[in-house]
Amino acid sequence: MSKGKYGIHGGQYTPETLMNAIIEVEKAYEHYKNDPAFQAELTELLNDYAGRPSRLYYARKMTADLGGAKIYLKREDLNHTGSHKINNVLGQALLAKKMGKTRLIAETGAGQHGVATATAAALMGFECEIFMGKEDTDRQALNVYRMRLLGATVHVVTSGTMTLKDAVNETFREWTTRIDDTHYVLGSVMGPHPFPEMVRDFQSVISKEAREQILKKEGKLPNAVIACVGGGSNAIGAFYNFIPDAEVRLIGCEAAGCGVDTEQHAATIARGSLGIFHGMKSYFCQDEYGQIAPVYSISAGLDYPGIGPEHAHLHDTKRAEYVPITDDEAVAAFEYLSRTEGIIPAIESAHAIAYAMVLAPTMKPEEIIIVNVSGRGDKDVAAIARYKGENIYE
Amino acid sequence: MNNRSASNSIETNKISEIFSNQKAFIAFLTAGDPSLDKTEEFILAMDAAGADLIEIGIPFSDPIAEGPVIEAANERALSAGTTTDAIFEMVARVRTRTAIPLVFLTYMNPVFVYGVERFFTACQKNGINGIIIPDLPFEEKGEILSVAQAHDVDVITLIAPTSQDRIQMLAREATGFIYLVSSLGVTGVRSEIKTDLAAIVSDIRAVTQTPVAVGFGIATPEQATTISKLADGIIVGSAIVRLIAEHGAASTPILTDYVRKMKAALV
Repeated sequence: MSKGKYGIHGGQYTPETLMNAIIEVEKAYEHYKNDPAFQAELTELLNDYAGRPSRLYYARKMTADLGGAKIYLKREDLNHTGSHKINNVLGQALLAKKMGKTRLIAETGAGQHGVATATAAALMGFECEIFMGKEDTDRQALNVYRMRLLGATVHVVTSGTMTLKDAVNETFREWTTRIDDTHYVLGSVMGPHPFPEMVRDFQSVISKEAREQILKKEGKLPNAVIACVGGGSNAIGAFYNFIPDAEVRLIGCEAAGCGVDTEQHAATIARGSLGIFHGMKSYFCQDEYGQIAPVYSISAGLDYPGIGPEHAHLHDTKRAEYVPITDDEAVAAFEYLSRTEGIIPAIESAHAIAYAMVLAPTMKPEEIIIVNVSGRGDKDVAAIARYKGENIYE
Repeated sequence: MNNRSASNSIETNKISEIFSNQKAFIAFLTAGDPSLDKTEEFILAMDAAGADLIEIGIPFSDPIAEGPVIEAANERALSAGTTTDAIFEMVARVRTRTAIPLVFLTYMNPVFVYGVERFFTACQKNGINGIIIPDLPFEEKGEILSVAQAHDVDVITLIAPTSQDRIQMLAREATGFIYLVSSLGVTGVRSEIKTDLAAIVSDIRAVTQTPVAVGFGIATPEQATTISKLADGIIVGSAIVRLIAEHGAASTPILTDYVRKMKAALV
């Protein structure tokens, strides 16, 4: 019987060697998610260690400059380790501890999930190995050094396109080699069940807080929530508690790279088709024979050819909208938020900022947009300088 | 050309027949490495050298169950422009020369995106007897099972060292043969196989008569002898693919020699 379905999407398309490991995670999660002691321990970690709740900040200058809807920024960039990734990692690391595991492995694209996993491993005393594509270790060298500083071993993946997809392949391969003492901390709402559900639950703290914060500040719900989407973990976290609020538009921003009419993009909803890969049925960028496409984005974190199954379902049911944002638009938004609000966003998050810049002026001043700033942009500064034709030391 | 499978549109030998009164040698290669013409030549050479069944890998961009040797073969085959349609044409040519059972090994996405009905119709038309899909576990086999059965293609069951309490559930519904994965990890040559294969085989035997072939890590005649004592057959992939990687288009005599030695080592 197929589990973890979101409409036609999801499932558990995993090699037999890993099935018992996945069932073990599923059973442990089913138990601990309803365990008050586990939830209390996790909340304490999220609050005292990671710095939650994250702020909901009214971007006054940006709102005035764009001249439309009021813009609020959900400041996941202020979390310890600099992004939303820590929310999921602390949950999974705590679960791994309860399961008696002693070693964490993880994939990473931009390096934010790898840094968060290495951080939790240092805190809780796990061995830690991170898999990262060679292209990403080159463009995110700072994060590679951070992971090593935290005590993790970083494996440079040189197979395939040498980016996030290949890092996921290699982490699955590593897991099949050593299962007993090892938990795979999947970093997004993707992969086989229970990962999409478990990661979503751990990330849903974003919208749980944001919903309470906006009701307190404005006395009403926002008209739109905007987040960037690669695999889709920060977006599902930002959307989840607003899904029942039918009047709130949920907008995911995909990486359009050089444009969806070129071959250089990672816009899964705009250009992908239904497939089965990385443990799940969902939409993927691929060719007519089901070969996964070599995708591209300036953002290593969005440079992924698939999307989580719950997003695929939210797209099918039209509950959420997905829009493509190009490299140029994202870089412009990266600079705009830096200069306008004094906040340097991650280049991933800049994709969401870019769409807010398009949408806000079309809305009324009494309307509200919440943009999820999923991470901070320190890691991207050298790459953006290169993009602009400048060479700086990292 | 004995023991013909009546319901196939092409005459082929049945998978089950290769295990009667002998231990079976199953050879794997990746279609299109280095070219489909060479794949055709290699299949016929390994058949003539004594292989009992050929597993043909349909290359996939992201073969997550494969180690570096077969992964590299997948990349070579795709870079050479190999497509599923062209592989079916190659199989049709092979089928004019031999009735040896042929089984595809590929991942779920190439089958799903080609179209499950279209894919298995083409399998039947071209005389494919079975399919192995590493990322299609028991829980998800409804994705293809009824269509594959309707087209007389066995969906081969994989059992792993970690299957434990799942072994009998998996084995009970197995048809064709059972692919017993010898070791943890991905495909690739291993110096030592530590799994207690005899215990797993015994669990399997308790619920089914479907033959058991062991794969993953087997490369030498010594290993072939040891493992074949425990099971009905052995599967060799990476060792063959590595020979093809080394010798390229000139692999035919090397493969012939290798398959003869391995087949002779089975007891």
